[in-house]
Amino acid sequence: MPKKQLALVIDLNVCVGCHACVTSCKEWNTSGWAGPLSDVNPYGADPTGVFFNRVQTFECGTFPDTETIHFPKSCLHCEEPPCVPVCPTGASYKREADGIVLVDYDKCIGCKYCSWSCPYGAREFDPGQGVMKKCTLCVDRIYDMTLPEDRRKPACVLACPSSARIFGDINDPNSDTSKAIRDNGGFQLMPEWGTRPSNHYLPRRKTTMTVHRDELVRVDNPLKVEGELPRPAFTTPTIDGASSW
Amino acid sequence: MRDPESIPDSELGRSEVKTTTCYMCACRCGIRVHLRDGEVRYVEGNPDHPLNKGVMCAKGASGIMKQYSPARLTKPLKRKDGAERGTSQFEAISWEEAFSTLAERLGHLRATDPKKFALFTGRDQMQALTGLFAKQFGTPNYAAHGGFCSVNMAAGMIYTFGGSFWEFGGPDLERAKLFIMIGTAEDHHSNPMKMELAKFKRGGGRFIAVNPVRTGYAAIADEWVPIRPGTDGALLLALVREIIELGLFDRDFLVRYTNAAELVNQDEASDEHGLFVRDGSIPVRPDTFETPDKLWWDRESDKPVIARTPGTEGRLMGSYTLADGLPVKPSFQLLKERVKDYTPEWAEAITGIPAATIRRLAAEMGVTARDQTIELPIAWTDCWGVEHDKVTGNPVAFHAMRGLAAHSNGFHTTRTLAILMTLLGTIDRPGGFRHRAPFPRPIPPCPKPPKGPQAVKAGEPLTGTPLGWPADPDDLSVDADGEAIRLDKGFSWEYPLSVHGMMHNAITNAWRGDPYPIDTLLLFMANMAWNSTMNTSEVRKMLTDKDEAGQYKIPFLVVCDAFQSETVAFADLVLPDTTYLERHDVMSILDRPISEFDGPVDSVRVPILPPLGECKPFQDVVIELATRLKLPGFTNKDGSRKFRDYPDFIVNFETEPGSGIGFLSGWRGKSGEKFLVGEPNPGQWEMYARNNNHFHYELPRSFQYMRNWNKGYLDWAYRHRMIRFTDPIMPHIYSEVMQKFRLAAEGKWKGKQPPDRLRDRVKTFFDPLPFYYAPLEWSHADSSRYPLSAVTQRPMAMYHSWDSQNAWLRQIHTSNTLVMHPKVGALGNFDDGAWVWAESPWGKIKCQARFSEAVEPGTVWTWNAIGKVSGAWGLDADANESKKGFLLNHLISEELPNMVAGKPVSNSDPVTGQAAWYDLKLRVTPCAPGEAEESWPQFEPMPQLPGQTGFSAKLRAYFAGRTGK
Amino acid sequence: MRPAFSVLFLTTLIGAGQGLLIAMVTGQIFVTLGGGPEVSGGFFAGGGLLALILLGLGLVASMFHLANPQRGWRAASRWRTSWLSREVILIPLLCGLVLLYALAHLLSLREVSLVLGLLSLLVCLALFVCTGMIYACVRFIRQWASAWTVVNYLMMGLASGFTLAAGYAGLAGSALAGFLTAAALALTLAALAARLTQLWLNARGTARSCMKTAIGTHHTQIRQITQGFMGQSFNTQEFFTPGGAEAIRGLTLLFILAGFVAPLGLIVLGVPVVAFVIQFVGLMAERWVFFAAGEHVQNLYYQAKA
Repeated sequence: MPKKQLALVIDLNVCVGCHACVTSCKEWNTSGWAGPLSDVNPYGADPTGVFFNRVQTFECGTFPDTETIHFPKSCLHCEEPPCVPVCPTGASYKREADGIVLVDYDKCIGCKYCSWSCPYGAREFDPGQGVMKKCTLCVDRIYDMTLPEDRRKPACVLACPSSARIFGDINDPNSDTSKAIRDNGGFQLMPEWGTRPSNHYLPRRKTTMTVHRDELVRVDNPLKVEGELPRPAFTTPTIDGASSW
Repeated sequence: MRDPESIPDSELGRSEVKTTTCYMCACRCGIRVHLRDGEVRYVEGNPDHPLNKGVMCAKGASGIMKQYSPARLTKPLKRKDGAERGTSQFEAISWEEAFSTLAERLGHLRATDPKKFALFTGRDQMQALTGLFAKQFGTPNYAAHGGFCSVNMAAGMIYTFGGSFWEFGGPDLERAKLFIMIGTAEDHHSNPMKMELAKFKRGGGRFIAVNPVRTGYAAIADEWVPIRPGTDGALLLALVREIIELGLFDRDFLVRYTNAAELVNQDEASDEHGLFVRDGSIPVRPDTFETPDKLWWDRESDKPVIARTPGTEGRLMGSYTLADGLPVKPSFQLLKERVKDYTPEWAEAITGIPAATIRRLAAEMGVTARDQTIELPIAWTDCWGVEHDKVTGNPVAFHAMRGLAAHSNGFHTTRTLAILMTLLGTIDRPGGFRHRAPFPRPIPPCPKPPKGPQAVKAGEPLTGTPLGWPADPDDLSVDADGEAIRLDKGFSWEYPLSVHGMMHNAITNAWRGDPYPIDTLLLFMANMAWNSTMNTSEVRKMLTDKDEAGQYKIPFLVVCDAFQSETVAFADLVLPDTTYLERHDVMSILDRPISEFDGPVDSVRVPILPPLGECKPFQDVVIELATRLKLPGFTNKDGSRKFRDYPDFIVNFETEPGSGIGFLSGWRGKSGEKFLVGEPNPGQWEMYARNNNHFHYELPRSFQYMRNWNKGYLDWAYRHRMIRFTDPIMPHIYSEVMQKFRLAAEGKWKGKQPPDRLRDRVKTFFDPLPFYYAPLEWSHADSSRYPLSAVTQRPMAMYHSWDSQNAWLRQIHTSNTLVMHPKVGALGNFDDGAWVWAESPWGKIKCQARFSEAVEPGTVWTWNAIGKVSGAWGLDADANESKKGFLLNHLISEELPNMVAGKPVSNSDPVTGQAAWYDLKLRVTPCAPGEAEESWPQFEPMPQLPGQTGFSAKLRAYFAGRTGK
Repeated sequence: MRPAFSVLFLTTLIGAGQGLLIAMVTGQIFVTLGGGPEVSGGFFAGGGLLALILLGLGLVASMFHLANPQRGWRAASRWRTSWLSREVILIPLLCGLVLLYALAHLLSLREVSLVLGLLSLLVCLALFVCTGMIYACVRFIRQWASAWTVVNYLMMGLASGFTLAAGYAGLAGSALAGFLTAAALALTLAALAARLTQLWLNARGTARSCMKTAIGTHHTQIRQITQGFMGQSFNTQEFFTPGGAEAIRGLTLLFILAGFVAPLGLIVLGVPVVAFVIQFVGLMAERWVFFAAGEHVQNLYYQAKA
């Protein structure tokens, strides 16, 4: 039995880029176990702040064959997290129990070295507290037994209006996440680095329609009822005008 | 750090969870607010709420920061004596002083000339109360923001099939197979739409987005069909033509359930030309709006008979002559003739969409509707007593909003869409369009605007409601000369069906004194000195303009707002409103409830926190004012106070004494045993609160579909006083209402007729059938000089929200750029990121260009209302919003000069008065080297106001983020 | 990558310190093996103390890099996996050894000093490897992720250390001046060759990741429209270089000249102290370029704001 690995599966097919996950994450975490998520200059020029999750937007192709892709990104909780072994203090760690990658702020010296070892740009340094912060998969609510079971999920997952975020154990073949990955061509970001990110993404899927010509004119065509089925006039030329057999 | 699992979050500090309704936008989701030691800790979606079922949007999750905004106003303010208006020089006053000042001034106006008081509210959802206040005050000069929002979408559809999108109805994505979204449509009902769209896509539905820009929902569409702004009407007309030419319309539906087969008088000489032929011998009840005296041409007997006579079937096509020699045609035939030349090739030249694509779209819609029919085993009875053992549906659904609406041709565009939906047989049927209670309404709905100057009398309530639905020219609000009686000229011959008013012209008209000057303008949550107005720079000047005597042309301006908005600077009196977490509200069935397809739902908002400082909810202000002014309905017969406050008003107010109809429909009756109609229930608020702040009545299944013609439903709605008639609501393929106005313009109407200068305009635009015309502004904007169309939309993280200066949301969108195709830059010789001048015939602005391939090359667009005046909204003077952000509104005129007899008219739809925001044409040129990289125009920075939260809020936010650690 | 001055100072200072110490120890070995006349213990002690000062300054500079230096001691705990942790252990260890080495010389404990010197030399080499590996093991910056990074850290440390040693020997009038000057010349030349090799290799290399793999969408034209926020963030500050390619080109030229060419000339001209000062500045520029030219994979996600 492989180890439990909690993760998010993000469905790019339905993400409309509304940023609900971004601010609900900020809201839960800034006053939660992983908080605060400091803001710098929140009401002034060039406001910045710590967010564990951001929605980026990409464009593919050229007009008119353009795709607009909304792309939420947070820590991918790699199964081989390159950020963990490089931490000199052990502040960055991967939990044995569920594979969540966390930072212990009390041990973090703020050297930022872990962020160098993350190809995904998923870590956020908090200048207020001087420690590295990141997505915790809302570890402070997913095991909170005072919450009803269906609310024991990361804030972003609960908020997402288009249910583009699925949460679960990707090593449990029966979990929603595993099924979603299996059934919809789930993929990992930058697999070339061997980090084995746990978060997966589901690609865009297209529904197309083919209308056959003969479907356009049928026996129950109302034009027939009205006696107006398009029909060439008697005088319209036929092959009789030119045939010579 | 402690183990994150060791202590549940709720056990840190003193925790409470309260439920209420969100108001970060107009979506109105149920929320649970978690408090820790009395401060907001977390706001989450309420899983037990029917609207959002636990989900949340970016705004809702940022509501916590609204509470800590440094822009909060906390004290009533008055402009300092001697200070110039617009300079933000205020002194704090008491509420008593504010109320007595207002009561004295308004009391005098009411006693002399009530129309000199104008009340315009940016945000609706409390229109039922503010409209009531205006009516009881006696002024016709009242409207909410619908006129510059999406009134074409409401009017175009309600005048066609008695319902519309957003709160009124929507696409049934649960059962649809093909979904077409046209134009910017994200704002309304956004969370439910996102939820349904995701389910729809996962279920294998096909989603087509027609939009000049590929953002938002269009991003996840299976197909993006880029279109030039303002040309949707041409596309839709070509689709209608194709559907008709291919015979892909739902003939049975059209014959039986619409006026498609009804015969129209074709005698041009007749005074009844273009009206339905009626058999005078058929008795017509006075309490009916859909008379049973119209004719159709029976296919079997080849004779005219009363429409829907059992055993007959009307012809949709052909040209006939009645026994008396009157030439007639079925209205469908007229539509067919109308659209004959609207070929896909014709539409391609206008819309930029290849004709082959248009043909394919028509085929997809038609074939899906015809071949993928849904049948539900639900028995129902139609209005003619025919019993059906099933409900069927054609699973093609549409959604559209401002993208179609905000053009001067938007009414006809919307009507064309409504007709397309009707042709496909998708009205209130599974998989198509579904109504939300209290819709469908009769066509048009019953409330009527004041019908003339006699409706406005000193010291008395207004006759009629300030806003209503004209059914014929006699319902217009005009005087004996045919001139406007409303300040905004709504319901005048210039914009006869301006059913949501024309707030966008209120300030200009008041400033010019045309039709008349006013005394007091009260604005609530309407940022009329900035993003809620067209021609912003000029409107700001009008607000401070003085007459020869040195008096302000708009003598007294009262602004009620929770925040230091740009408009507050221009106020003579500022009333500090509360945030949504500090107030009671109702999402009333009298207004815009949150009904579901399966039945009426209304909801309430209850305070979670005490009001900050001296903030007072606007509704309490309205009720206090009404009480002091002794307005009927708000006071007892002896003039004494009737309602303690707003919650008391909501419980005890009845539309008429003993009517049993009030603002809330749930738990009426003495102990809450009734709904919709029943005596006031003192425990109503608690009962709502216990039920997650909403009341939901799920209709019996047999009442849930085909409600336009569903006898059971209409009877139920009649008994519960949701509707005045039980007549079937027949979609108007052909609009007799429009034709009546046209007849008036032709001099054939017995009643009111337009002034001569407007006859041509009315005749042209009041066409009973839809037609395409280029947006009116384009006749002023030489396309070689102004080649680009410009549109705006709001980003999802901010849409339909008015306080986007939220500390978190503004990090996502701090400033805006003008987004355009790289070709525009190549032609203008500038690069991505260059600073450019954008010029329209009406003005120019400086902004930053951003290239994108997801925009139709003839279109530029930007996120709206990101740009701010320096220092406004509690932001620093050098905030990006004011230095890099910009407002396109400076380029949009609120009037078009020389339109009628050399005089200006509003830059609006000539039918509905819908503000034509999206008609804008402009050109883009690069800035000269050395020009400042800063947006233009810039305005004097707004200072912080007395009582404004300012820095202390920042401090509170700082600590709020750290409690419970 | 954004060059952090604390790290620039740290690596150049301790590099020079280690180089100096190695110069002292090799000098001592050279003498011990009979390569030259006897040199006083005071000379080595002084050199050791000078190296100690450089190491100390480096340590001080490194503190500025840490947001929470008060917890800096914790950095020693993960030596099994983290090169940074190993460096953190080796620096104080080396300092201690160097101090003992200097003391041994002062107390004229020749044999002890030789043992301590050899030990320090090994630790110095190990420290070079650690420091180099801190960067070389960052796989996500292809310009860093090679053995050449370690070689360069070693070579530049040796070059600057030996130049300083030559200068010191010159000032002290030590007999080792000739040996050290020759070594400084050779090492500076070798360092230049190594650094140029890496520059050449980096210019030829290609990135392993691209937008396609970054967002998992198969398309040849992918452009970022927004990174999800419009202000700065840690990801746009830490991983991007102010000044861009132009600054990198200018400073590359500067470091080749000031870090290698000029010192070679100045050493030949017999002013190794001046050579060291100029070389140190040049190597600071080199370190700046090393950082600035490092293109982190994460930057794929942070290209546009809107």
